[in-house]
Amino acid sequence: MISSYVAGLLAEIGIASIAALSVHVILAVGQLSLGNAAFMACGAYTASVLTVEHGVPVPLAIAVGAVVSGVLGLVVGFPALRLRGIYLAMATLGFGEMTRSFFLSLDATGGAAGYSGMQRLSLGAIWAWALPLLVLVLLAERSRLWLALNAVRDDETAARLLGLNTVALKLGAFTVGAALAGIAGGLFAHWHIFIEPGAFNLDRSIEMVLAVVLGGSTIALGPVFGAAALALAPEALRFIADWRLAAFGALLIVILLLRPQGIIDRRLLRALKP
Amino acid sequence: MSLLSLSGVTCRFGGITALNNLSLDLPAGAITGVIGPNGAGKTTLFNCITGAYRPSEGEIRLRGESLLGMPPHRIARRGIARTFQNIRLFPSMTVWEHLMVVQRGGGLRAALAPLGLSGPAPRHRAEQALERFGLAPFRDRLATTLPYGVMRRVELARALTAEPALLLLDEPVAGMNHEEAAGVASLLQGLVADGLTLLLIEHDMGFVEQLCQRVHVLDFGTLIASGTPAEIRRNPAVIDAYLGVEA
Repeated sequence: MISSYVAGLLAEIGIASIAALSVHVILAVGQLSLGNAAFMACGAYTASVLTVEHGVPVPLAIAVGAVVSGVLGLVVGFPALRLRGIYLAMATLGFGEMTRSFFLSLDATGGAAGYSGMQRLSLGAIWAWALPLLVLVLLAERSRLWLALNAVRDDETAARLLGLNTVALKLGAFTVGAALAGIAGGLFAHWHIFIEPGAFNLDRSIEMVLAVVLGGSTIALGPVFGAAALALAPEALRFIADWRLAAFGALLIVILLLRPQGIIDRRLLRALKP
Repeated sequence: MSLLSLSGVTCRFGGITALNNLSLDLPAGAITGVIGPNGAGKTTLFNCITGAYRPSEGEIRLRGESLLGMPPHRIARRGIARTFQNIRLFPSMTVWEHLMVVQRGGGLRAALAPLGLSGPAPRHRAEQALERFGLAPFRDRLATTLPYGVMRRVELARALTAEPALLLLDEPVAGMNHEEAAGVASLLQGLVADGLTLLLIEHDMGFVEQLCQRVHVLDFGTLIASGTPAEIRRNPAVIDAYLGVEA
């Protein structure tokens, strides 16, 4: 049996991996979202209310949470069509804070006091979601559709004039990304069996982006690796006690200087192949 | 029969009239050239046809169907593909990926299938394009790292994988030496033999004479002459505006 400490870390990694993939999918069309914690919150609260108040089975509740988050992503995606780069990052950041404030004021789900009463999922159940989702994204990355997403990121005007429906591609990426974040939220809620708006703050959004930047955004293994590294590094650095967060920050800077494209990229994978 | 017809197309930007009351017909299965000095409106013409700009006045029809107000991707799907004056390749993609990315057909399921398994049709089309344009040696190279002439061929090949009826070429041999240009010329003639219609913008008059059955001359957004290359050569208005007196 693995200790509850290890199980906790592995569950965090599974949830954070899905969350990082949600940023990765949106980044495939060149859009940077700093508000994915909001989609996560939406999935978490939706799934929790369904299981606690209405006795819906957990997997179904998480799926519904994903759909609700996806629809929210589509709605947010429309204004995001007109924004790029730093402006989009600012707008999604604002959206994230707005959503957090919304749940803070929503008495029905406990407001700032949080919400509880969920059944606890097993570690296996978390990875039963995370692994298939990772495989799905890895498969999608080898498709013509993913190439089309990257074409939008590389040169949106050329992509449009060559016949790609750039609007649908961008909205689709936002919707799927938001749905993935919603799943991460549902799993988070049913792992911690307690949620509060503060769990879905800006730090959480930044953590998701950081996992992608650190791990590399050219292939889905990167974000997953990044999520794992972000969860494990502070633990591994425990031996330096009070300085561990500072050391962690320094380590991040060094890694990004050495590998600006992220730790994992296609070239590294080719080199590792026997 | 004309594939594309423009009538009275006018395109204004603020006080500037980039295209003025332009009417022309493109016969199917032929190569038509557009020449004219810089700023004459040639690229604006392409941008109006592909839907990048919306003309202020006039009508553009493909096989009788109006293209006005259609978003660019839908116009492209109706069968109009293009290359760009400044090569616009996707920096993250290999040559092979360029040949897969704008292909269509088969619906969402085919588009989602992994490249290796995506059914014979798209891969076959891409293989054909690799062969035809001599790109096989560069298959897995990042397209933007290749020599200029090769990048031009990648762009051309990419446009053709969308299986257009009409291909718009914006200075396809700009910056090429004679040998490379001759290679492109024979490629283009091969495409027309396969039933494609071409409209090309070019400054190299020799290239235009060699390829085009019909030439239109633009100057300050106005069509000042149309005819065979030989007629255009003799046209005093064209000599005045563009070709100049031969030394």
